[in-house]
Amino acid sequence: MVKLPIYMDYHATTPIDPRVLETMMPALTDEFGNAASRNHSFGWKAEHAVEEARSKIAKLIGSEDPKEIIFTSGATESNNLALKGVAEMYREKGDHLITMAIEHKAVLDTCKTLERKGFRVTTLPVNREGLIDLNELRNAITDKTILISIMMANNEIGVIQEIGEIGKLAKQKGVIFHTDASQAAGKIEIDVEKLGVDLLSLSAHKMYGPKGVGALYVRKKNPRVRLVPQMDGGGHERGMRSGTLNVPGIVGLGRACEIAGAEMKEESKRLFSLRERLREGLLRELDEIYVNGSLKNRLPNNLNISFAYVEGESLLMGINEEIAVSSGSACTSATLEPSYVLKALGVGEDLAHTSIRFGLGRFNTEEEVDYVIKRMVETVRRLRELSPLYEMAKEGVNIQKVQWKKE
Amino acid sequence: MAYSDKVKDHYDHPRNVGSLPKEDPTVGTGMVGAPECGDVMKLQIKVSERGVIEDAKFKTFGCGSAIASSSLATEWVKGKTIEEALKIKNTDIVQELNLPPIKIHCSVLAEDAIRAAIADYYKKNAGAGPEDGKAS
Repeated sequence: MVKLPIYMDYHATTPIDPRVLETMMPALTDEFGNAASRNHSFGWKAEHAVEEARSKIAKLIGSEDPKEIIFTSGATESNNLALKGVAEMYREKGDHLITMAIEHKAVLDTCKTLERKGFRVTTLPVNREGLIDLNELRNAITDKTILISIMMANNEIGVIQEIGEIGKLAKQKGVIFHTDASQAAGKIEIDVEKLGVDLLSLSAHKMYGPKGVGALYVRKKNPRVRLVPQMDGGGHERGMRSGTLNVPGIVGLGRACEIAGAEMKEESKRLFSLRERLREGLLRELDEIYVNGSLKNRLPNNLNISFAYVEGESLLMGINEEIAVSSGSACTSATLEPSYVLKALGVGEDLAHTSIRFGLGRFNTEEEVDYVIKRMVETVRRLRELSPLYEMAKEGVNIQKVQWKKE
Repeated sequence: MAYSDKVKDHYDHPRNVGSLPKEDPTVGTGMVGAPECGDVMKLQIKVSERGVIEDAKFKTFGCGSAIASSSLATEWVKGKTIEEALKIKNTDIVQELNLPPIKIHCSVLAEDAIRAAIADYYKKNAGAGPEDGKAS
């Protein structure tokens, strides 16, 4: 028997791995020192634990110098620090930034703030697959461009951008390159040297670590990236981020990176096969369902599907006592707008309303996937019986061509 | 989002799901909303010679509250005269289902669906009702 409820929303957050928690326990109890206390053993122990964690994070992303890791409260802060920090520092050099339409709000809204402060931002569109066009990126770069911020993998559709190519281009043009790797870190191989990444954001709670802690990788040479701190105080983290270090969180993040790195090869294979089992199972049983975004350039654990003629929230309502997934439907958000990510891909609003995101993770099993398939199929079929759109489609009516009386 | 027990009940056991023959002159069909807005309701009524709604059916594409609003609407119009059915207000639906503010548009849509079905019935039966074509 499968244990219910089943959690399949690992893009939203992940549980702390028991091994991570175990590593954190001393720092939460006896070894509570402040890593900045230089004159007693409590401080030394804390500092040692932090530096160990720093090395593990650096190792996961291919950084050769652990000093390049700056601890933050999470990826939102890392993104804010990267974008605002670079913008302020290099303002004299230029006032132009480049990002893309399907970035996380932590990047898009930071860009809006910078625009209000007089910076110019180019937001690149994506194609049907969810990828930016490298030529468009090349053409967007001017001598006033100081930063390119393109995420590694998207949180809704799991699509992975051509980060290595973007890094190469940024190098050629002498532009700093930031990537939000919240969803990618620990899931796919990352090497900031090979990829030419100058700044990289990551978050602990997306990779089986605790909430409230993350990191920003800041390149130290070729080029040395400088940032204006966004938090003033005691000058922690090479002056880039003041505030007493969250030692238990940092230790947890370090251990989470270590585990993810050690198990990545096998785990990504396992997740990929679970994902394919889910995709194939749903496709076998249901007609008119569509995968959103590229299947080729995609995280192994992500599936985003539109179930035509069935509104996403009603679909969730049918399963959410047993299964935790999320929807791109407007009804699940406060704005009444369906997913801007799917819209940017050119997915029609009608289909955007019917999308469900599945995020598989470390603790999912084959049995769970089979159960999710079974319940999804039952619920979609039941709701299609209730759907006037499904009825019309079966009668051969082209729904796109109907003149709808809008509210 | 948490749903009221009544919304859940209509979602789990929708009343009067289905379709009536559109061409039947005693049937009025209302279709409101749009797919890109995430809500489409189809509500149909079958009206007796005495002007009583003797049957009602619905199909809805939309969230749980939209399904519940239209399911409740069919329950309420059944057995009522057209004049009585026209008195059903969206606020009655909001109250009965305990809809939160963000879901009020679902009840508005259900009221619109009732009115659209009645208008369609009048259109087919000019002279059948007191409003005599005005509703179309």
